[in-house]
Amino acid sequence: MSLTASDVKKIAHLARLGIEDQQIESYANDLSSMLDLMTQMGQADTAGVAPMAHPLDQMQRLREDVVTETDQRDRFQSVAPQTEAGLYLVPKVID
Amino acid sequence: MHNKTLTELAAGLRSKQFSSVELTQTFLGRIGRHETLNAFITVCEDGAIRQAHAADQLLATGQAAPLTGIPVAQKDIFCTLGTKTSCGSKMLDNFIAPYSATVVEKFERAGSVMLGKLNMDEFAMGSSNETSFYGVAHNPWDTCCVSGGSSGGSAVAVAARLTPVATGTDTGGSIRQPAAFCGITGLKPTYGRVSRYGMIAYASSLDQGGPMARNAEDAALMMQVMAGFDSKDSTSVDQPVPDYSAGLNDSLQGLKIGLPKEFFTDQLDGNIAAVIQTAIAEYQKMGAEIKEVSMPNLKLAIPAYYVIASAECSSNLSRYDGVRFGYRCQSPQDLADLYTRSRGEAFGAEVKRRILMGTYALSAGYYDAYYLKAQQVRRLISDDFKRALSEVDVLMGPVSPGTAFRIGEKTSDPIQMYLEDIYTIAINLAGLPAMSIPAGFFDDMPVGLQVIGNYFSEPKLLNIGHRYQQVTGWHLQIPKGFE
Repeated sequence: MSLTASDVKKIAHLARLGIEDQQIESYANDLSSMLDLMTQMGQADTAGVAPMAHPLDQMQRLREDVVTETDQRDRFQSVAPQTEAGLYLVPKVID
Repeated sequence: MHNKTLTELAAGLRSKQFSSVELTQTFLGRIGRHETLNAFITVCEDGAIRQAHAADQLLATGQAAPLTGIPVAQKDIFCTLGTKTSCGSKMLDNFIAPYSATVVEKFERAGSVMLGKLNMDEFAMGSSNETSFYGVAHNPWDTCCVSGGSSGGSAVAVAARLTPVATGTDTGGSIRQPAAFCGITGLKPTYGRVSRYGMIAYASSLDQGGPMARNAEDAALMMQVMAGFDSKDSTSVDQPVPDYSAGLNDSLQGLKIGLPKEFFTDQLDGNIAAVIQTAIAEYQKMGAEIKEVSMPNLKLAIPAYYVIASAECSSNLSRYDGVRFGYRCQSPQDLADLYTRSRGEAFGAEVKRRILMGTYALSAGYYDAYYLKAQQVRRLISDDFKRALSEVDVLMGPVSPGTAFRIGEKTSDPIQMYLEDIYTIAINLAGLPAMSIPAGFFDDMPVGLQVIGNYFSEPKLLNIGHRYQQVTGWHLQIPKGFE
């Protein structure tokens, strides 16, 4: 199976991932080779096989709903690109 | 001092042969002298000396734990409070971790000294350390060759005696393959055995941290620190932690070793196969029995892995959006531009390929054909292992199809690079523990033997590694110039 340049643009948009125009062709080629590799899975008869999401088939653990973390806003925001008054700043979304 | 095992170092500290400060300075000195290997991303000189002083005081009071005062180095995938944690990426080049990973805290509690943070493939995606934003780590056996990856810096640092031991992580072979390429011992534990809390996520259902050391005995001591249940990791397994050193010397008489015939095909370099066969013969001399087993679905491990790992990576790496931490592009025009350009400018090519692949595999209309199918194939592979391990105690085979290749040799073709992991990847899909131990050389480059065990059989694997290291000297070889 092969992906076109416009497929790659669409996927990159879904992933919010900037790709240089001159690189698109090369990503299309690489992804097509990866897809070729993946189609080998078609050799396996998987009818009725339960998908395996966790190696030990472990279930999600539950716990009491109690506070375990303290407020560390200042510490966590100290690594943020831009904050103001305890809020994360991004470019204006609504005019 | 730098050639001693952990046990010898602990004894030396207790008998005042040397202090932790002296020991730490020795390794810091070596790190500085061998800077060109590019094993470290960050060296924590001041912090290490401070920790060493504290350790010396503790040693003086006689309250020391087994690893008190012993230097270790952390793969830069583990968050370290107050220290840069880059995960080998430009995205996190400015990231000072606001908390420590459970593994890091455990080493701190054990009294060890952190020398620094080790080089790795970007977000652990790579098999040669060549995708690191900080450049390739050089193999001390031949600096023109790759270290392997993704825990390349860890393997180089241990092999070149820049640290006694190091941590690594393994999603598809990232502890075992660099361990094999650099001639050291690396153990990937059972999935869930070591906490993933604070270990930056790549593919969460496959990622597992583990020890990288010069021998199995040291790896056992590290496992004692690293293993255990952690309520902060939802996939951590609540099982008692055994004494990993207790059974190191157990007899291997009657041990049943399975050799998967799918491991020994034309794809395996004949010279590597010869080294592996010699190692297996050594086990026969120790009383082990050999049996051929078959795992017919093994050949589908690479395609299934690259669907699952890419899918999980595309989801995990969506957190890097330039808003709360990490890289942000200059003067974004709007929010979409902020996301797209921050990610586009800060991720390298391999990470981008996997994000794109994963996004595609998970997108509407393709989910069943790729992701669901891969998870079904994963079950088939896991069942193959279950069957094989019901017939034998452990499986043995190569770690990698060849020895360390030359830097740049495989960078132009990503698929070629993926095939490097053919013998290691299936183990992650099944969630089993596996170890790489030095088993010989080909063309002066180290070759690793892989030992795969059943769930939670780490003590057995370490026993198997240790007994081999009592009768062979491969693990004692030191690359020239690093004696």
